[in-house]
Amino acid sequence: MAAGCVIVGAGQAGFEAAAALRAEGYQEPIALIGDEPHLPYQRPPLSKGFILDKQGMDEIELRPSQFFTDHRIDLVTGERVAAIDRAAKRVSLSSGASRPYDALVLACGARNRQLPVDGAALDNVLYLRTLDESRAVKERLRDASDIVVVGGGFIGLEIAASARSLGKSVTVLEAQARLMPRVVAPLVSAFYDTLHTARGVTVVCSAAVAGIGGERGRAQSVRLANGASYPADLVVVGIGVVPNVELARDAGLAIGNGIVVDDCLQTGDPAIFAIGDCADHPNPYAGARVRLESVQNAADQGRAAAAAIAGRHAPYNAVPWFWTDQFDIRLQMAGLSQGYDEAVTRGNPEAQKFSVFYFRQARLIAVDSINRPADHIVARRLLASRAPVTPEQAADETVNLKSLSVP
Amino acid sequence: MPRVVFLQPTGESQTVDVAVGSSLMTAAVKHGVEGIIGECGGVCMCATCHIYVREDFVDKLPPIMDTEEAVLEVTNAERLPNSRLSCQIKMTEALDGLTVTIPPSQR
Repeated sequence: MAAGCVIVGAGQAGFEAAAALRAEGYQEPIALIGDEPHLPYQRPPLSKGFILDKQGMDEIELRPSQFFTDHRIDLVTGERVAAIDRAAKRVSLSSGASRPYDALVLACGARNRQLPVDGAALDNVLYLRTLDESRAVKERLRDASDIVVVGGGFIGLEIAASARSLGKSVTVLEAQARLMPRVVAPLVSAFYDTLHTARGVTVVCSAAVAGIGGERGRAQSVRLANGASYPADLVVVGIGVVPNVELARDAGLAIGNGIVVDDCLQTGDPAIFAIGDCADHPNPYAGARVRLESVQNAADQGRAAAAAIAGRHAPYNAVPWFWTDQFDIRLQMAGLSQGYDEAVTRGNPEAQKFSVFYFRQARLIAVDSINRPADHIVARRLLASRAPVTPEQAADETVNLKSLSVP
Repeated sequence: MPRVVFLQPTGESQTVDVAVGSSLMTAAVKHGVEGIIGECGGVCMCATCHIYVREDFVDKLPPIMDTEEAVLEVTNAERLPNSRLSCQIKMTEALDGLTVTIPPSQR
């Protein structure tokens, strides 16, 4: 019997690869191995709908257990893959068992970047990436009154908005000079600063966290390098993630800002692929190698790797898209704005409905839309078709952008 | 519990009990209805839960909001006057017997 495909990591990317292999008509065995004890689930709701009890478990599970049985996907939960023996084409598991593979997909994901200061190990300093971590935050939020969120990126701001919606006192400490600095233009950062402030969140930028003070194992305040101190009975840290590359590195695969793969998600070993948060891949929308952390990237790469394993050449070239929901405001992003040299606004920021169009050397590279879902959808089309759009057209609301997209 | 009938493009049908308040997309995914994907988890981002609603139910559904309208513009299968995103339809008792057809493709 053929060994089939082993998928390491049962998050969105791993799940999608497994499902897509069957959809491709792949007949060999498929093992989907995850280190969490749960059925594969969606992470985006963990910092918003799930914490606020608007979405329950049954809504965040990607599929019921029956799905895996029906599609002959051997789902192994609560199990870690410890090592890859590339010569023997086998993976060994932390339980001591081992499994052969013909194709191996590394969907290892990422882990929380740890806050490197004194007091970060105190009992009520939490992180949020997994379901169990989200449950812990939800549980602790109930009795907490002063929440300090370290990190003003998507996760930090979503947690801040959720906590504020529950009536808590919330402070966000961001190390950089503005919110979400890695992903949005200053105008969008300023909009979110104003939004959070208006809803009662204390936003502090350029905040260098120096330590967390506490007593009897519990955090009581977060201290900045400039001497300022913020009272806290719950600290949630969201300062980014580190890709899980160790398994690949130990097996001798190339590592850059993640596991290095080509446009079909294949590593230097033709039997091994890497997808999702851990994959350092060439991205046509970046014009460079990047590593992306998003549902879109995870799912589309899962499908592209599945196609390659099933013998169909389908390079990964999907338009990147992301979203974040904070309070009742939705930010949708299409493309990758890093390296832009011009940004223009369409719509009215005061009305909380506008988009920012980013250009590099006069070419449209990304669009951020705030409560403008139609702009976002059009942006995905414009980017996918490499339509020529000028900054003047983008800023002019009388120009119908849809008409500019190349069919 | 109210029921929904999902028709495949082939004509095959599957009747599913849907809890009041649950979305059609969630129920379809839970019951393994082929052709309903719901990749974004039901937040109106991905256009992979497109359905065609049987004519007699079209007016019983909640109106199409801006976000759904935008996403319906980019469905993979043709958008028709009775097109909806199943993640945006929450089940009610009044929708018992709702019958929808799954398009030939979602992406």
